[in-house]
Amino acid sequence: MSIQSDDYRTKHTLETFSFLPELSADEIYDQIVYIINQGWTPALEHEAPESASAHYWGMWKLPMFGTRDPNEVLRELDACRSAYPNHLIRLIGYDNYTQCQGHNFVVYRPRGM
Amino acid sequence: MASKTFNAGVQDYQLTYWTPDYTPLDTDLLACFKVVPQEGVPREEAAAAVAAESSTGTWTTVWTDLLTDMEFYKGRAYRIEDVPGDSKAFYAFIAYPLDLFEEGSVVNVLTSLVGNVFGFKAVRSLRLEDIRFPIAFIKTCGGPPSGIQVERDKLNKYGRPMLGCTIKPKLGLSAKNYGRAVYECLRGGLDLTKDDENINSQPFQRWQNRFEFVAEAVDKATRETGERKGHYLNVTAGTVEEMLKRAQFAKDLGQPIIMHDFLTAGFTANTTLANWCRDNGMLLHIHRAMHAVIDRNPMHGIHFRVLAKCLRLSGGDHLHTGTVVGKLEGDRASTLGFVDQLRESFVPEDRSRGVFFDQDWGSMPGVMAVASGGIHVWHMPALVNIFGDDSVLQFGGGTQGHPGGNAAGAAANRVALEACVKARNEGRDLEREGGDILRDAARHSKELAVALETWKEIKFEFDTVDKLDVK
Repeated sequence: MSIQSDDYRTKHTLETFSFLPELSADEIYDQIVYIINQGWTPALEHEAPESASAHYWGMWKLPMFGTRDPNEVLRELDACRSAYPNHLIRLIGYDNYTQCQGHNFVVYRPRGM
Repeated sequence: MASKTFNAGVQDYQLTYWTPDYTPLDTDLLACFKVVPQEGVPREEAAAAVAAESSTGTWTTVWTDLLTDMEFYKGRAYRIEDVPGDSKAFYAFIAYPLDLFEEGSVVNVLTSLVGNVFGFKAVRSLRLEDIRFPIAFIKTCGGPPSGIQVERDKLNKYGRPMLGCTIKPKLGLSAKNYGRAVYECLRGGLDLTKDDENINSQPFQRWQNRFEFVAEAVDKATRETGERKGHYLNVTAGTVEEMLKRAQFAKDLGQPIIMHDFLTAGFTANTTLANWCRDNGMLLHIHRAMHAVIDRNPMHGIHFRVLAKCLRLSGGDHLHTGTVVGKLEGDRASTLGFVDQLRESFVPEDRSRGVFFDQDWGSMPGVMAVASGGIHVWHMPALVNIFGDDSVLQFGGGTQGHPGGNAAGAAANRVALEACVKARNEGRDLEREGGDILRDAARHSKELAVALETWKEIKFEFDTVDKLDVK
């Protein structure tokens, strides 16, 4: 094989889905549907980028217990983004059976991140 | 109650140990053996002999039998079944009373069940297919030091399998060059890297040097990527004291995870290390060198599902399970059967997966399934489909063999993994649409495009040696 080695630049990433292009609104909607269909509870968290490596981010209200409506989650996401435009926001699916998070990925990055 | 008089001599095993009317107790430890008796030995006698020799019996009667309550302590062959497609072999089901085994000791269970009996002349071959551990025994075992849920929380990995890689060449690198390979993999997007099992503390790379250089690599990659990273530092050593010393050093370096080879080192060493990990907040990755010696022959030995169950009891947070699709042996249904045993809290009997008993694991934490060996990006859709989120997918050559090097190879695998997980969550069929999903993802990842081109024709299509017994 011929010489192909481009320089690989280390990326600052934020765990799951960080290596995909930014998700569109429709794609985020599909992931919310997945979370709800798994029987998990959607939740939002936000944090200043410089503190992103901490385990705990700020909670946006309480997890959305019992919701079956993906649009409700999207509305909360919009509200969170308006309140904290300079924060990262991640979408979580709480699985109360495993007592773990079934899903967790960043849905909003402030400008320039 | 047995006869109170002592009659010296030899009597048929089946008089005492074949009890077809027996209903097993919830506290009994149950075992299923595949038995091929010697010519002329009836099935009932062979099954009873296995029950006797793996519990209280010996070849002749002894007067001291009468000093105890043999009816309470003896193992019982309680059922015999045909093996589908094999006229010579049969399944013998045996129930052992709980008190035959020391609490918390899989060592003791194995010493009885797969001890002398495997060399017994009256059977031509013998295979331990499955064990049903009673919940009463399980509650006496420590199990995984952390388990799946705690590991995810510590490493901040959710909603997807983790990505790993064994550093190659597996022998011969200096500690500093080895740490370089680790750093490149982790900065490129892998979550975890792994010492090869053959790496202990050889002259070309002593363990302290490896641990120090690797720790620097892990810490730098963690800082630069913002993601939590780890490297399985192999603490397997010639003595338990040395093993524990290395484990302590890994902890002192602030590293999250160590590794151990549970079969070559033995269950006693493994349980000791698992207990140490639990006390010290360390994750424990388990390799399985020697397993194929024990489990590959379908007629003789121990099925891997038994070894996997024993490991969950002894303790480990990860266990290698094969890949189904890569270079190493592994039947799909059978693999899914023992992957369930590692991760679930209850596994129902399912002969189509080689599961002979209902198995209740109670609250014992789960073990991550590790798929490793001859896999590359084209396998990603199938791997995500087969192993699901609670797994570590390890691409050794499939990362470091990338034309752009480890970091580019790591990025390729990470892009492929995330594309597959996203597509699965959207309800797409990974095994049918896998090619399209990967090619689409490669449009925004040059690293993935190169990986897809590099490995497009590599397949490992050989027939499985150890197949499930089906008609």
